[in-house]
Amino acid sequence: MDFKLKIWRQDNPQSKGKMVDYEVKKISPDTSFLEMLDQLNETLILRGENPISFDYDCREGICGQCCLFINGRAHGPIEHTSTCQLHMRSFREGETIYVEPFRAGPFPIKKDLKIDRQALDKIIASGGYISVNTGQAPEANQTLIDSDTVEQAFDAASCIGCGACVASCKNGSAALFTAAKISHLFQLPQGKIEHKKRIKNMVETMDQLGFGACSNTGACEVECPQGISISHIALMNREFWK
Amino acid sequence: MYYTTDTATTPNAKIPEGDLKDKWSNFKDKTRLISPNNRHQYKILVVGTGLSGASAAASLAELGYNVSTFCFQDSPRRAHSVAAQGGVNAMKNYKNDGDSVYRMFYDTLKGGDFRAREANVYRLAECSSHLIDQAVAQGVPFAREYSGYLANRSFGGVQVSRTFYARGQTGQQLLLGAYQAMMRQVHLGRIKSFTRHEMLDLVTENGVAKGIIVRNMDTGEISRHAAHAVVLATGGFGKIYYLSTLAMGCNGSAIWRAHKKGAWTSCPSWTQIHPTCLPQAGNYQSKLTLMSESLRNDGRIWVPQTKNENRKAIEIPEEDRDYYLERKYPSYGNLAPRDIASRAAKERIDAGHGVGPLKNAVYLDFKDAIATQGKDIISKKYGNLFNMYEKITGINAYQQPMMISPAAHFSMGGLWVDYELSTNIPGLYAIGEANFSDHGANRLGANSLLQACIDGYYVLPQTLPQYLAQQGKATPPESSSEAFMKAENQVRSQLEELSGINGSKTVDHFHRELGKILYDKCGLSRSAKGLTEAIESIRVLRKSFLQDLKIPQVLQGINEELEKAGRVADYLEIGELMCIDALSREESCGAHFREEHQTPDGEAKRNDSDFSYISCWKKNADTPVLIKEPLQFEFTKPTERSYK
Repeated sequence: MDFKLKIWRQDNPQSKGKMVDYEVKKISPDTSFLEMLDQLNETLILRGENPISFDYDCREGICGQCCLFINGRAHGPIEHTSTCQLHMRSFREGETIYVEPFRAGPFPIKKDLKIDRQALDKIIASGGYISVNTGQAPEANQTLIDSDTVEQAFDAASCIGCGACVASCKNGSAALFTAAKISHLFQLPQGKIEHKKRIKNMVETMDQLGFGACSNTGACEVECPQGISISHIALMNREFWK
Repeated sequence: MYYTTDTATTPNAKIPEGDLKDKWSNFKDKTRLISPNNRHQYKILVVGTGLSGASAAASLAELGYNVSTFCFQDSPRRAHSVAAQGGVNAMKNYKNDGDSVYRMFYDTLKGGDFRAREANVYRLAECSSHLIDQAVAQGVPFAREYSGYLANRSFGGVQVSRTFYARGQTGQQLLLGAYQAMMRQVHLGRIKSFTRHEMLDLVTENGVAKGIIVRNMDTGEISRHAAHAVVLATGGFGKIYYLSTLAMGCNGSAIWRAHKKGAWTSCPSWTQIHPTCLPQAGNYQSKLTLMSESLRNDGRIWVPQTKNENRKAIEIPEEDRDYYLERKYPSYGNLAPRDIASRAAKERIDAGHGVGPLKNAVYLDFKDAIATQGKDIISKKYGNLFNMYEKITGINAYQQPMMISPAAHFSMGGLWVDYELSTNIPGLYAIGEANFSDHGANRLGANSLLQACIDGYYVLPQTLPQYLAQQGKATPPESSSEAFMKAENQVRSQLEELSGINGSKTVDHFHRELGKILYDKCGLSRSAKGLTEAIESIRVLRKSFLQDLKIPQVLQGINEELEKAGRVADYLEIGELMCIDALSREESCGAHFREEHQTPDGEAKRNDSDFSYISCWKKNADTPVLIKEPLQFEFTKPTERSYK
């Protein structure tokens, strides 16, 4: 398959970026989107040009490192899929594809398509845990948790921290990311003791870092690779105001 | 001769006295401690923030030590432990199915083909139960029965159900638990986390580890970090095969650079080739995605009876199918251990029974499981794996069998460590997949998450303080010495050298070539002839790499090709040592299968009288030196490893 690409190029955080045109030819439909970029990069390197910087690591949809905004959508056209799990068979022959970084105030661009998401780590550091030291834990089966509750907590815990929710939100809100961690820990009995303090600290940190407010458009839920529901945001808001 | 042997040196594994079940307690009873008031004076560097690194960093910081962590990812949460799917083993005997610490110890020792230390393996089984308690307390959402009790499933190589799991995302959930514990300590100011920093050298003074040199991958800045102890938790190097189940950034550089500073490398050729991965489909593929071993609980593996079969899988009737694992290993069947399942697949594929467009795969079929248990149950157990399979291949595995193939997965080998997880360099520790310790010549499924956690949460925080206590009063670590300056200069000149070659081939080109050599000659099957050819080919390739590499000539700012070039330069050296290690071991054991040493029915033939040792490779100016740590079996008797 042949494609025309328009890719965001930016030398460093300070410089002004722009869209640059590229073409790739004879790409197998079973090639992943990132492997297509790999091939383009090999061509650029051999031509003596600078390859395109983009984030990736596990390439199996779980590390959350890849983060491309493709044709105006976080992680591209397929729902609930991270960029690395996207294949060229999902595009039309000859299609022009726009590739940009995830954009949000708290996610400064480092170079080309690579962004800085340390803000998400800061939200977790402010309270996204149960404060148990190694060695303190009681026998695991002492606390029984019904399987439906665990499954619901898991739905929230499955977040891969990619930031697609932030990039998809017109307000640049990290509400889904933050709510997912709050909800995961709140639903489990062992997470309830610190709940009040956790929610206050995490929401305040989220605000201080410059993430926008949630206005319930639901855009985040549509693009989340793990399909995490905005009902967790409702839970966060309800619990925050309690 | 590709190596020399040093028979004068015998490594001291520092195994505590006493009966097998008392050894760990005996160690803990006698170890020297540091008073809580003084702990903050000791600085510890932890390189790598996967399960072992994050859990060690969190646990040491909780104790009060002054910790800095380093990872190449943009967040500690992205380390490749995140990708482990199926589960973590632990001895709880919740199933009342005959499990015990001894049985878990024996399964693991036998699974590794009696090529690990009894005391280490016993400790792994002994501590496993606490890990489940700790993870549950952190909020890890392990699967539960309807009654609210924790659920279990089975993994390969055992006849009990001792695997705890969190859907197909057990590694992710355990890692998030460790990451959150670590971030809590970051918030409390007890850990300083350096993300996007890659360790490029170990600094030693008078043979003692004193710190590291790192490169900031965003700015290109090189900096020195001095400490009282250095912990390498940098994972495995299976990515050396280029196509593997590992993340793209996984590498062997930290342990290799420590090796070049004197740390011994043990059994580097023992690589686990995982039987259930997606097959290679094209030349530009960048990885082979793992499909969890848990699928073998219900999936049946088969190939067509006839060679070069052209019918579709669903059109092939039962009598024309060969369920070769069930045929060859009736008592373990589809749950035969990984080395055996992979070798059996390769044997069938090589014999012309492979399936798929490149005839390089076997079928993993859920037809019978769906018929007996229903689609809903199968979907509840493996839904996310079936979805992942469909996303990548476009094939619905509820309707037709998956196609799977063996791929490089886990490094049993790594830096040599003693019982205390210390390398032979005082002050340098190696934990998790980065070391060679518990898995012997083959790791059992769901034991890697376990080992990473046990090393990080329970072993290192007990053993490292003893080393610090021996130092006496802590003096602030200094990074201005000549050793630091020399190491930093070396790092700078290597980067300049690589970027200055300006040849005509990309880093990936060389990496792919190296991968091909290793898969062919030092993969599932090895021979003296093949290994010798591989060593020669790798030498030629390394020469070509140093003359013909082309990367952007930028040392400042982000330059991924420069990062990759450094790693591939190391891989080209590690690859040679892997082949030498495989050549020196003239027996078959676990994942190491030497064609010259097999039983009449094609199984691995061990040679305990000559090869019951751990190889410890020491760097030397010209040829590597082999030191042997003999394995002593005081409490078990190594037997022929049979799963028939």
